[in-house]
Amino acid sequence: MKAILALEDGTIFEGRSFGAAGEKTGEVVFNTSMTGYQEVLTDPSYAGQIVAMTYPLIGNYGINPDDFESAKPHLSGFAVREASRTVSNWRAGMSLGDFLKKQRIIGIEGIDTRALALHIRSAGAMKGIISTKDLDKESLIKKAKASPGLVGRDLVKKVTCQKTYEWNRQGKYRVVLLDCGAKYNIMRELAARDCRVWVVPARTTAKEILALKPDGVVLSNGPGDPAAVTYVVETVRQLIGKVPLFGICLGHQMLGLALGGETFKLKFGHRGANHPVMDLRTRKVEITTQNHGFCVELGALDQQQVELTHLNLNDGTLEGLRHKKYPAFSVQYHPEASAGPHDSKYLFAEFIREMANAKKK
Amino acid sequence: MPRRNDLKSILIIGSGPIVIGQACEFDYSGVQACKALKADGYKVILVNSNPATIMTDPELADRTYLEPIDPDFVEKIIERERPDAVLPTLGGQTALNCAVALWDKGVFQKYKVEMIGARAEVIKKAEDREQFKEAMQKIGLGVPKSGEAHNYREAVGVVERIGFPVIIRPGFTLGGAGGGVAYNIDEFEVIANRGLEASPISEILIEESVIGWKEYEMEVMRDLNDNAVIICSIENFDPMGVHTGDSITVAPAQTLTDREYQIMRDASLAVIREIGVATGGSNIQFAVNPGDGRLVVIEMNPRVSRSSALASKATGFPIAKIAAKLAVGYTLDEIPNDITRKTPACFEPTLDYCVVKIPRFTFEKFPGADPVLTTAMKSVGETMSIGRTFKEALQKGLRSLEIKVSGLDDLARPPARDELERQLRFPGASRIFYVKHALQVGLSLDQIYGLTGIDRWFLSNIKELVDFENKLKACRAKKIPTELLRQAKVMGFSDPQLAKFWGMKEGEVFRLRKERKVMPEFKLVDTCAAEFEAFTPYYYSTYS
Repeated sequence: MKAILALEDGTIFEGRSFGAAGEKTGEVVFNTSMTGYQEVLTDPSYAGQIVAMTYPLIGNYGINPDDFESAKPHLSGFAVREASRTVSNWRAGMSLGDFLKKQRIIGIEGIDTRALALHIRSAGAMKGIISTKDLDKESLIKKAKASPGLVGRDLVKKVTCQKTYEWNRQGKYRVVLLDCGAKYNIMRELAARDCRVWVVPARTTAKEILALKPDGVVLSNGPGDPAAVTYVVETVRQLIGKVPLFGICLGHQMLGLALGGETFKLKFGHRGANHPVMDLRTRKVEITTQNHGFCVELGALDQQQVELTHLNLNDGTLEGLRHKKYPAFSVQYHPEASAGPHDSKYLFAEFIREMANAKKK
Repeated sequence: MPRRNDLKSILIIGSGPIVIGQACEFDYSGVQACKALKADGYKVILVNSNPATIMTDPELADRTYLEPIDPDFVEKIIERERPDAVLPTLGGQTALNCAVALWDKGVFQKYKVEMIGARAEVIKKAEDREQFKEAMQKIGLGVPKSGEAHNYREAVGVVERIGFPVIIRPGFTLGGAGGGVAYNIDEFEVIANRGLEASPISEILIEESVIGWKEYEMEVMRDLNDNAVIICSIENFDPMGVHTGDSITVAPAQTLTDREYQIMRDASLAVIREIGVATGGSNIQFAVNPGDGRLVVIEMNPRVSRSSALASKATGFPIAKIAAKLAVGYTLDEIPNDITRKTPACFEPTLDYCVVKIPRFTFEKFPGADPVLTTAMKSVGETMSIGRTFKEALQKGLRSLEIKVSGLDDLARPPARDELERQLRFPGASRIFYVKHALQVGLSLDQIYGLTGIDRWFLSNIKELVDFENKLKACRAKKIPTELLRQAKVMGFSDPQLAKFWGMKEGEVFRLRKERKVMPEFKLVDTCAAEFEAFTPYYYSTYS
């Protein structure tokens, strides 16, 4: 079956459908990771986006039951050069195509994903539409243009949990995870470090969070425009200084905004598993997993109050910050990896130390 | 960390004559290193007995010695030139062995020559079987299980613990004489007893055989600030049992989930740190049990290797050049990525294409040689090809071998069934063509997997080629749909192949393509999958 990916600027990619039939709009972005499509598919931060993988051979190892980052995919569409006809891995369950069909995600294959990535790199991330039912190009371009896009939209409310739940029942440290679309591996990493984790909806107030008597609060990753999620920023503002805070990706942006900073939209974002980030305190470089379209403005932060801890070596953007007085720190990238390198897991240990120190006081 | 100013002159040891297993790839790495060090103002002294290399061209080093790579000769050069340092990690095993011998003789110590890149004890730790095994166990990594026995009763005890198949190696015999692989207790009894007899101290080493497991390689770089990155992962088409140099290999790895890939990445970084390679590149080989994913470390090369040359070309990351700069004190974040210019070399290249390396054999020139591929390398060259799909890259690589094929062609003489099975079970130079034949005569993927151990993902891709070829053949020359023609090119079929299917001349296929506008385009090898602008990329042709 034929499928078309149309961009709002009139660029058209014609390919074959390999997932569900239908039509969906979203912001078109590319991810440069060579492995980890299953994690990408199920990462809630991709809500509202059509994701193209730059590595051309996708689906080779199928989909397995263990590597989910959330209960289901939240993205709007998935584009690849060649979807594997076969799956080969000792853990493989179903094929990628079958998974997309089952989860009702539209997939397109056979398009020139490199040309798409080049186009987005030079023209910027833009709105698009993926369709198997309307193959009229003009009509698709019109629909892409009319779609809402990401800026100013609160997508967190679509992916956050509905009510508080306990990830595990035991652990020395009581951790509340403010779920803006959290990846499971954040919870797994915390649980592996003796944390008992409560996952709470994004609308939970500071008072409700503190009522759980946490030793620390993690601000999770999540989709969309950080500036639209004002209620979380307010919550974070009230938590600073009361309990150790650790922000990841969107959580980093929430902390940045709560500290009086500003966020801006990157031209086409950082999405991949090979971004070098320098820890400015040790001058050591870690290879990081990234997935963000927005960024905290370096200059907008009050450096009397905030220490800049991490920097992206590719483009010099801010990757991490820490409050100079209170135990609150955050990174723009993904220490939980999944998919991607494990170089940054030390940050979870740092968070545990912060909680241990706070407990002593 | 900036460049080291305490060093003024550096001795580079080349790899000497071209032999099987050590060819021009070390010239490639040596040239890169000479250029990088000279550009940085170091005096480069080079020893290499091979005048046919580019590295021995007069302008590349400040002093070039065309002398044997032998401790005695190199000592004389050191005595005369008094270099501050020696860089032994770019000239393959020859250079490494020579450097270790000079260290053991006390030559470097006597003339105060510092070993940069890898120190003698690091090289020994990586190369000594026992030391390496201990190091791996220390960091919690698996190695093939093994045990020693001094009599048959002990031997049975060991094999009960390990399970079949096992490799039996008698202690202290030349070239492992008297050893072998046992698949069952009957074979074991014969080989173990023979081995015990052959060993002057009546000792055999019984080792778990990982023949048939999936084989992977990782290319790692590390700098003095302990930044470490993976440059490239490589998956072997042929499973364990065939030397990597004789295997068809593919970059990047194709059948590992991110979880498994990251386990291998973590293991690779742990290995380079534990062995202690302070700067430069290393190559680490792994075997993975296809049934349960168990990972074992096979070996590590604490130097630029044959695979690094491939990885450099496959990714656009100049491993030898960067290794040379790291050896004199730079850190990865201080070195720019040559291709993007704006981003640093401290990153991990990402590919948006598939690279296939195919070995070239010339058994006709070695009439006495056994043409079955084993753990000793027998190929004399290789081709490397780039495509957007494995199928395209495979066919391109095959027709570049200069063995008179224009892609994954048919066997000239169809074998009988038992001959076919033999060719699949015992890998030879043409196994991939027998795999195709097996699919043509209707063997299932599972049957072929059972005979070859080649991952089903690769087999399935070859099956797609076979199926598509049938589709092409069923098409009449006069009525070839443009879409089919385009798809054929996307899958890497060459004009001569298509001409044969359709009873046309090669030029006619070309004209047809021109008419239908099915023409190649050129895409970039840019280290970053188009994320950044490329200033000095290289190109490959493909169809989309």
